[in-house]
Amino acid sequence: MSSNTGLSLSPMRAAWQRLMRQRMNAWALWFLVVLVLLCGAGPELSPYDQSQQDLELKATNPSTAHWLGTDPLGRDMLTRILHGGRVSLEVGLLATAVASIIGVLYGMTAGLAGGRMDAAMMRIVDILYAFPFINFVILLMAIVGREFWLIFVAIGAVEWLTMARVVRGQVLALKNLEFIIAARACGAGFWHIVWKHLLPNVMGPVIIYASLTVPGVMLLEAALSFLGLGIQPPDASWGVLIQEGAKAVESYPWLLIYPGIFFSTTLLALNLLGDGLRDAFDPKSMSQQ
Amino acid sequence: MIRFIVSRIVQGIIVIFAVICITFGLSKMVPGGAVRNERFITEEARKAQDEYYGLNKPWIVQLGLQLKHYATLDLPESYHYKGRGVDEIIASGFPVSATVGGAALLIALAIGVPLGAYAALRPNTLEDRTSTVAATLGICTPSMVLGPLIALLFGLKLRWFNASGWFDASDWVLPALTLGIIYSAYIARLTRGSLRETLAQEFIRTARAKGASESSVVFLHAMKLASLPVLNFLGPAAAGLLTGSFIVETVFQLPGLGQFFISAATNGDHQLTIAISVFYAALIVSFNLLVDILQAALNPRIRLQA
Repeated sequence: MSSNTGLSLSPMRAAWQRLMRQRMNAWALWFLVVLVLLCGAGPELSPYDQSQQDLELKATNPSTAHWLGTDPLGRDMLTRILHGGRVSLEVGLLATAVASIIGVLYGMTAGLAGGRMDAAMMRIVDILYAFPFINFVILLMAIVGREFWLIFVAIGAVEWLTMARVVRGQVLALKNLEFIIAARACGAGFWHIVWKHLLPNVMGPVIIYASLTVPGVMLLEAALSFLGLGIQPPDASWGVLIQEGAKAVESYPWLLIYPGIFFSTTLLALNLLGDGLRDAFDPKSMSQQ
Repeated sequence: MIRFIVSRIVQGIIVIFAVICITFGLSKMVPGGAVRNERFITEEARKAQDEYYGLNKPWIVQLGLQLKHYATLDLPESYHYKGRGVDEIIASGFPVSATVGGAALLIALAIGVPLGAYAALRPNTLEDRTSTVAATLGICTPSMVLGPLIALLFGLKLRWFNASGWFDASDWVLPALTLGIIYSAYIARLTRGSLRETLAQEFIRTARAKGASESSVVFLHAMKLASLPVLNFLGPAAAGLLTGSFIVETVFQLPGLGQFFISAATNGDHQLTIAISVFYAALIVSFNLLVDILQAALNPRIRLQA
């Protein structure tokens, strides 16, 4: 630990400094900011629509008109990749939000209840870990149609288990600390303590774990779309684009490679940032490295 | 120990009971059944089919029948593959998935453990960084991107193997390679992290102090403890690998369990859907139990508790 993290820094600022001192983390963060801006604004700025076909043109190599070329239906690849990125990121964030909300509610309830209730709730989580969740998700997608909201609700509903464990552990550690007892002694109500004291202290681990959940969720969405069970063409996510590219890989390998590069780089950045956040907020794990 | 195993088996039975109920409930949300895909069929024939499969009974009785099937191990017939028991279909798909998954697991261990150990023994050198970057890249390469590229290179360009299908004795190689490379990245990362942590512990210093050679310190003392997180990861991973990754079976068009499951789920073949889910759950439960027992065997500080 170097000396520039003085006592005057707030914990947040100190963690931020630790995060940004690693050059890779800063790059990952900048990459994600640029990607979000591009995927947010890119499809609108592009002169093409993501589903606009040009059957005369068919598949072409990159050119000044189409920076990443076109697919066999003459659709502009860059526009489709940015649009697909928007869908994939949306699913990733929304599903993680669903998982975090379920996990925080469940974990806090178990941690606060304690005793038998806690033991029973955690035993249920143990049992759920042995479930073949991927089967349930596939079944659900095959049955109820492939609606956008269903995708992230279904993914979120299976990804909350570890979050619940993290939150419960945190609540157990916090609830007997002096500042909580002091608040209670001052006559603070149950909900006041939960809302003002417990929740803010749980948020750090929740954010860290959530940032590590996003890439996993995006992979799951891509897998479902790849199997034809997620986002449906002509709408595009990165999973859909990769599936279309995989089908045409012999004739037009770049249709697979371009979306693949975008997807892998995003996963890399998210993983780096997640690890970086964990190290920054938990200096103990840093010292082990 | 025996109490532990018994309690885990009870837990496993609860899991399988719940999996039957959930997949049954999900399946009943669609109009599926024995004759859904046959268009020209008389009302009587439909009734006879429903009667045959017990579909005319109230749903709670149907659920009871399902539970009885699995309790007595007298498994039902598939709706889609007429006259074939679901166990027969699993028996035809599982060897394909298990061959690919087992080979992938061996490839992953053969690449991952040495790579991770090599990096851990040379902390913060160029070799360490390179192998860490390679492992991170591996983790971030989805199988649906790597698979088609491997099929393109070794199947279509070099023509060493078939790009897809399950015809020749060597058809397991490309799908196993795809999965093996990706899993080896996880294993390398875990091995590096846990070996470095272990090497910093005091019993390692003791071993060195009593004059143990470097290789015996690393391979006998440290690796034993350092393999625990890897084992922990391998439990669920092995179950997933052996039952077939849905993605690689799709990419390489293998007639494995994953393919059977997807087509059963989309065809409304409830019997097969439930059976394959139960099979997966049973494998996950067994692998988790196996991992826990192995962990206790490797680390005397872990006590198995019911």
